[in-house]
Amino acid sequence: MKKIEAIIKPFKLDEVKEELQTLGITGMTVTEVKGFGRQKGHKEVYRGAEYQVDFIPKIKIEIIVPSAMEDGVVQGILRSAKTGKIGDGKIFISALEEVVRIRTGETGDDAV
Amino acid sequence: MISSGDTAWMLVATALVMLMTPGLSLFYGGLVRSKNVLGTMMQSFICLGLVSVLWIAYGYSLAFCGDAGGVIGTFRWVGLKGVGIDAGPYSDTIPHLLFAAFQLMFAIITPALITGAFAERMKFSVFLLFVILWSTFVYLPVCHWVWGGGWLGRLGALDFAGGTVIHVNSGTAALMAVLVIGRRKGYKTQPIYPHNLPLTVLGASLLWFGWFGFNAGSALAANGTATLAFFTTQVATGTAALSWILAEKIIRGKPTTLGAVSGAVAGLVAITPAAGFVGPVSAIIIGFVAGILCYLAVLLKERIGYDDSLDVVAVHGIGGLWGALATGLFASVGASGLFFGNAHQFFVQIIGAGSAIIYSGIVTTIILLVLKYTVGLRVSEEEEIQGLDVSQHNESGYAIR
Repeated sequence: MKKIEAIIKPFKLDEVKEELQTLGITGMTVTEVKGFGRQKGHKEVYRGAEYQVDFIPKIKIEIIVPSAMEDGVVQGILRSAKTGKIGDGKIFISALEEVVRIRTGETGDDAV
Repeated sequence: MISSGDTAWMLVATALVMLMTPGLSLFYGGLVRSKNVLGTMMQSFICLGLVSVLWIAYGYSLAFCGDAGGVIGTFRWVGLKGVGIDAGPYSDTIPHLLFAAFQLMFAIITPALITGAFAERMKFSVFLLFVILWSTFVYLPVCHWVWGGGWLGRLGALDFAGGTVIHVNSGTAALMAVLVIGRRKGYKTQPIYPHNLPLTVLGASLLWFGWFGFNAGSALAANGTATLAFFTTQVATGTAALSWILAEKIIRGKPTTLGAVSGAVAGLVAITPAAGFVGPVSAIIIGFVAGILCYLAVLLKERIGYDDSLDVVAVHGIGGLWGALATGLFASVGASGLFFGNAHQFFVQIIGAGSAIIYSGIVTTIILLVLKYTVGLRVSEEEEIQGLDVSQHNESGYAIR
């Protein structure tokens, strides 16, 4: 099993979700996050005071999939989240030891 | 003889001016950080209570009863003794008590205006002391000078609705307060954001609405002068909102919402002394200059680096000074200014505003220094970081952050 985390542009969330649903994923977790990478922040002005805002709002999605689906899901995110401009985000993939469904106690791929 | 028309209007106008103080508390509340929203709003709001009591006790009497040497009133109306429901000495057509109530609302909002300068760092208990002392030793005398039969009124200084008494006065006090109390912790080293600009827009809108009572009500009658003041208030304010964002657009690239509402307040301040004395075109010029001048004053503050948290000096001090002088330039209804052949009026306006600046500056500084070295003005550093809401009032503005 794999955990796929992706930081994406907020306005791309719907496209990513629809794309991944067509690939047959069974769930995802979404968090509003702030951070910075290579994309620069923006300037905010309040009367005379100017502030550089470095942390940019992004969406983090977390998806757990059987190892066989990893490549398809990553390609799906690349297709749907890409604008080609700086700040499109990143995908992090890690091996996952175990998953347990709380309701039934099922484990492994059955629980995904 | 009491006129029911005048009395009806002045009752409404008095209530409108009352609404300005809660409006101001929203305006200021939105501009501070969320940990200080209640502490900031409270400083304005509680003036509604504190100054009301003070006004009845001796405030109205000292400002408006008789005259001692042109500088202060007397104690004969202490406890509003003799101030009743018959028409009074200041108007033949409304109850004396109504005039006292109308003037009370002005006395309430003036110290509340100053709170923007030392926002986010003053002890609440000492703030209350400050309001009592400042109202007594600064507001009451200056109010008497201009409106209570004192020397400035006799000199012929024009102040329709309180440009000198309220705005030059509070703006000067704000500058002194900033210098005595010092900067907020983290000023210029970490960002200090307004936490809720929609509150600020709402507050500015209520100020604008209430200001019709403030300016048009200062005619003390439901008549043509009130209508003129009402109209000039509207156009000067709207124009100043436009000119502030125009200056922003040119200097900083984007027009901001905070700029538009700040400009509106600057326009309201500037037209206040002139409202009943100028025509609509002069009002547009007064408003236009006010928006730009006050914005430049804000930029200058950033350069100099004193921490006037919510720009009371730039908006009320500079805007009020401009308004007082502009009245001496543009007055054409019931009085004449420099542009209408009466240069003398302009010099009288300079004397009026200048004496308010000098007096308010000196006495405010003395009051603040006495408080600073006896009870202390500021909350502790730890309390300042924690925020005024929790440290001064044991509560939080928002359950969800």
